[in-house]
Amino acid sequence: MTISIDRQKDNHQRLQPNGWLRYFSFSLDHKVIGIQYMVCGFLFYLIGGTLASAIRIELASPMSDFLPRDVYNQFLTLHGTIMIFLWIVPVVNGAFGNYLIPFYVGARDMAFPRLNAVAFWLIPPSGLMLIASYFVEGAAQSGWTAYPPLSITTPQSGQIIWIISVLLLGGSSIFGGINFIATIIKLRRPGLKLMQLPMYCWAMLGTSLLVVLSTPVLAGTLILLSFDIVAHTGFFNPVLGGNVVVYQHLFWFYSHPAVYIMVLPAFGLVSEILPVHSRKPLFGYTTMVYSIMGIVVLGLVVWAHHMFTSGTPPWMRLFFTIATSFIAVPTGIKFFNWVATLWGGKISINSAMLFSCGFIINFVFGGITGVALAQVPFDIHVHDTYFVVAHFHYIVYGGTVFIIFSSIYHWFPKVTGKMLGEKLGIIHFAITFIGFNLCFAPQHWLGLNGMPRRVAEYDPQFQFVNQISSIGALLMAISTIPFLVNIFLSVRNGKDSGDNPWNALTPEWLTSSPPPVENWEGDAPLVVEPYGYGDSFSQKNKKI
Amino acid sequence: MTTLDSSKEIQKSTPEVSKNHEDFRMFGLVTFLIADGMTFAGFFAAYLTYKAVNPLPEGAIYELELPIPTLNTILLLVSSATFHKAGKALLKDKNSDSQKWLILTAFLGIIFLICQLFEYFHLPFGLTDNLFASTFYALTGFHGLHVTLGTLMILIISWQTRLNTGRITSKNMFPLEAVELYWHFVDGIWVILFIILYLL
Repeated sequence: MTISIDRQKDNHQRLQPNGWLRYFSFSLDHKVIGIQYMVCGFLFYLIGGTLASAIRIELASPMSDFLPRDVYNQFLTLHGTIMIFLWIVPVVNGAFGNYLIPFYVGARDMAFPRLNAVAFWLIPPSGLMLIASYFVEGAAQSGWTAYPPLSITTPQSGQIIWIISVLLLGGSSIFGGINFIATIIKLRRPGLKLMQLPMYCWAMLGTSLLVVLSTPVLAGTLILLSFDIVAHTGFFNPVLGGNVVVYQHLFWFYSHPAVYIMVLPAFGLVSEILPVHSRKPLFGYTTMVYSIMGIVVLGLVVWAHHMFTSGTPPWMRLFFTIATSFIAVPTGIKFFNWVATLWGGKISINSAMLFSCGFIINFVFGGITGVALAQVPFDIHVHDTYFVVAHFHYIVYGGTVFIIFSSIYHWFPKVTGKMLGEKLGIIHFAITFIGFNLCFAPQHWLGLNGMPRRVAEYDPQFQFVNQISSIGALLMAISTIPFLVNIFLSVRNGKDSGDNPWNALTPEWLTSSPPPVENWEGDAPLVVEPYGYGDSFSQKNKKI
Repeated sequence: MTTLDSSKEIQKSTPEVSKNHEDFRMFGLVTFLIADGMTFAGFFAAYLTYKAVNPLPEGAIYELELPIPTLNTILLLVSSATFHKAGKALLKDKNSDSQKWLILTAFLGIIFLICQLFEYFHLPFGLTDNLFASTFYALTGFHGLHVTLGTLMILIISWQTRLNTGRITSKNMFPLEAVELYWHFVDGIWVILFIILYLL
C-alpha cells in the first residue's frame, strides 16, 4: 500500500509542471485554477472594456459617424456577453471561489479537482469562439439577451457560434457550481459547523444553488433557439406559430438569477474585507446568512419584472412587482450590516477598504433604482432606456467590479507574498470612482428623458450629457493603467508582505504566503470564529 | 500526503481523509442530476405554456397513438428493476450474474430506442410542421439522447463488472451505483414525459 502511494505521488508530480508553466497546464491545484480564472478573466475584461470605449466614443456625437450601425450593434452584443460570461461570472465565482473556498472549509483542494480543471479549460476556447463569431459573416447583433425574432431573422452564422460559446460557458458554470456545493457541504474540516464558515462560503453556496437550478434552463432555451436558426423550427418564431414571450420567460428565469450569480459572491467578498480592515467582527452574521438564502429563494421568482412591457397579464405584474420589492429587504439588511461593521471600527484607509466603501455607495444607488424599476408604472416609462443601463452598471460595475478590485488589493499579498503599492492603488481608486460615476450617473437622466438604449444614434438634445458620460468612460479606461503598472511593479519588486500582513483571522491567512501546494504544512487549523476581532481576539481560534 | 487528485484517490491514498469525510461523489452526481432535471423542467414549462396559449390550427391536431409509448414505459420500468438486480448480484460478489443483468438492462434500453425510432418514422408530422411537432421531437429527442448515453455507460460498466478482480467489484460499487442512479433518473423523466406529452 505504501509503495503504491509513493508511486502515485511521483507520477503526479511528474505530470504537474512547476513554475510559471503550471498556469498553462491542466493543473488540479485549486490555487492555480483560481489564478488561471483571474488572469483569463482580466484579459477578457480588457477586450470588453475596449469595446465599451468604442461604444462610448460613438455615443459622443448624435450621428453614427465612428462606427457603422450594425458594427455598433455587434460591439454592444460582444461587450455584454464578454463582460458577463467571461469576466464577471468566472472571476467573482471561479477565481475567488476556487482560491478561497478550500481554505475556508479547511480542505486541501476542491471536492472534484478534475471537474474543476475542466470547468476552467472550457472558458478560453469558448471565449475565443465568442470573439471569432464577430469575424464571420453575420456576427451576432441582438444584444446579450439574443431576443428572438431579432436573433433568428438577422444573418445567423455568428449567432450560432455565439450560442455554442454561451452553452459551453454555461456548462463551465454548472460544473463549477456542483463543485462548490459539494466542497462546502461535504468537504468541511471535521468540527467546523456551517454557521462558523466565513460569509463568502455562504455567498458561494447560495450562488452555486442558483447556478445549478437556473443555468440548465438557459442551456435548454438556447438549444431551442439554435433549432429555430438551424432547422427552421418555430419555437420562438411567430410566423411559424411560435411564441417569443416564452423565450423571454425561459431566458430571464436564468438571467435574473444571473444578476445574483454576479453580485452575491461580491457580497461575500466584501463581508470578508470589511471586518479585517476595520478590526471589528462582522455585524449580524446570522442575519447575513438568512438574507443570502432569502435572496436566493426570491431571486428565483422575480424574473418577469424584465418583461412588464411584453404583454404580461395584470396578476403577473402584481406578483412580480411585490416579489421584486421584497428583495430590497434582505439586501437592505446586508447593507446596514456592512455599515454597522464599519461603525466605530478602527478603520485603515487603504485601497482595499476604499474600493469596498466605493462598492457600498454605488450599490445603494443601484439598489434604489432597482426598487424603482420594480414598480410597473415607472418601469413602463423607462423600459429599454438608458435608465436601465445606468441601473445595471451601478450593480455590476459599481458593485461587483469594485469588489473584484478590492479583493485583488486584499488577497494579492496572499497569492504572491508581495504587497501592492498603496499610492498607485489610491490613484486607481480615485480615477475609477470618479470616472464610473461620471459615466453612469448622467445616464439616469438620459433614460428618464427617453433616450433609448442599444441605438447608435440619438436626439441631438442629449449630446452634452452623453459627452460627460463618454469622458467618464475615458477615465475608467485610463484607470486600468495605474492598476496594471501597480501589478507589474509589485510582482517585480514589491515590498515583502510576510504571511499575514492584515492580521486577519480567516483561515487562508493562517498559512504561509504564497501557500504551499496542499495549503497547510500540518493539519488544517480549526477556525470557529473567523471574525473574532476586538476583545476576544482569536481566543477561540486555537490550532487543533 | 499526495495531492488530492480525484475523490477516488482520496479514498485510496489518504485513508485519514476518507475517515473524516463520507463519500461525496454520489452527492456531486445528485447535484448534477438536479441541474439536468432543470433542463427538462425548462422544456416541460415551454411545452405546457405553448399548449395553454398557442392553440394549434384546426387540421394540425393529432391524437398520439398510445401502444408504443406504453410499451416503452414498461421497457424502461423493467430495465430499472433489472439494473437493481445487477447491483444486488454484485453485492453478493456474483460478478457474472451482475454482468448478465446489466447486459439485459442495456438490451432493454436498445429496444426502447428502436421503438422510439419506429414511432418517429410512423408519425404523420415532421420536426418543423407545427409548434406541437417541434416540441414533441425536442423533448423525446433530448430524452432519447439521455437513454443513448445511459445505454453506452451500461455497456461499459457491464464489461468492467465481468471479473471479481476487475475495476467494478463489491468493494468498488460506485461506478455501478452512479450509472444506476442516472438510469433511474432517466426512467423517472420518461414517466413524467409520458404523462405530460401523451396522456395530458
